[in-house]
Amino acid sequence: MEFLCEANQSLLEILRMELGLTGTKEACNNGNCGACNVIMDGVLVNSCLVLAVEAEGKSITTIEGIALPGGLHPLQRSFLEHAALQCGICTPGFIVSAKVLLDHTPDPSEDQVRRWMAGNLCRCTGYDKIVRAVLAAAQVMHAMPEQER
Amino acid sequence: MQSFDYAATHSLSEAATMLAQDGKSVQVLAGGTDLIVQLREGRRQVALVVDIKAIPEVNQLSYDPIQGLHIGAAVPCYKICQHQRIAAAYPGLIDAISLIGGTQIQGRATVGGNLCNASPAADTIPALIVHRATCLIFGPLGLREAPVETFCTAPGQTILAAGEFLVTLRIPAPPPGFGAHYQRFIPRNEMDIAVTGAAAAVVLNDKRTHFISARIALSAVAPVPLYVPEAGEWLAGREIHLENLRQAAEIARAAAQPIDDMRGTATQRKQLAAVLTRRALEKAVERARTQEAKP
Repeated sequence: MEFLCEANQSLLEILRMELGLTGTKEACNNGNCGACNVIMDGVLVNSCLVLAVEAEGKSITTIEGIALPGGLHPLQRSFLEHAALQCGICTPGFIVSAKVLLDHTPDPSEDQVRRWMAGNLCRCTGYDKIVRAVLAAAQVMHAMPEQER
Repeated sequence: MQSFDYAATHSLSEAATMLAQDGKSVQVLAGGTDLIVQLREGRRQVALVVDIKAIPEVNQLSYDPIQGLHIGAAVPCYKICQHQRIAAAYPGLIDAISLIGGTQIQGRATVGGNLCNASPAADTIPALIVHRATCLIFGPLGLREAPVETFCTAPGQTILAAGEFLVTLRIPAPPPGFGAHYQRFIPRNEMDIAVTGAAAAVVLNDKRTHFISARIALSAVAPVPLYVPEAGEWLAGREIHLENLRQAAEIARAAAQPIDDMRGTATQRKQLAAVLTRRALEKAVERARTQEAKP
């Protein structure tokens, strides 16, 4: 993907305003809440704290890229099944965040999940259902062949 | 956000030239987790942001038991924490480095940036101080070195002159009998800024009964990260005994000059300085006692 931008525009701004990828959300815009999470060259980052120019040449995965060819990703399915969202504004960030965790820690403990996602804030759910959804998704993914995750 | 220009540099001298431009306010960009927030909130005014991440020297991350540890100014925290040999050799540093922000911040933030941002509450700086870190600085007159405890001069202010920037942090190899730890008090479990923090590093005698030396430094109790040499010096030659740890903690408490602010009162911070110093010393001693010879 190519885009033009000013030096002072964040990756978040470009994703939403230039590229029309509005799944990534702007909430705090200062690196505290995780609603803007994307994966940049395999690393979970707050896109509000990356200048768009810094993304040149990088591989970016947004929430739009999480679903699998056959349908929802197990994490997405699990969030729905476990009622792990209400208003949904934090949800793309949580799912992207959880995906990075499960990709390298396929069987996390509850403590590991909570600590990993400390940078993702939710105003609605009180977090418990989110944590349960991530742990449940880990079990489902465990049973899937690796290429399909 | 205010308008500014952006330039990515590929060499130390190119960066120094850009940073020394007269009449322009120029700022280094590494991880951006402090700078971008400050620019967006108008707390800093810059005309040019100089991205140093493509300079090879600032990306160095290396350790050997003779040369010690080199952390380039632009190395993101997660890379240091994931480096198994470094994490095994310097757990007292990893204590502090791994505390910055959360997962997402760790993906971008740097120890170099934590130092150069010069917050009184910075977590890595007390840990760097007790590990005897040296700053390698490059500027228009070339390379110079400075002990990390001299780097911060006031909140948000450092010894960097026009055109200068931090290249590397050099930390000596831990001697036999070494142990270190950093811990802090925060309201939540993660993500917060330290209300107070304490770093301690000790070197114990062969029998692990006495201190040969100790270094103690505190965060968030002074305008700059506070090195308390008198607390460590008092322990030199003394027996490892709770009463002696408490005494060193009282020396640290006396040195702390905290303020009241929204994160805590001065009284609470004085109390925390003593308690956290004692706990950091206990953990540092424990690490020194269980330390094995590392390859």
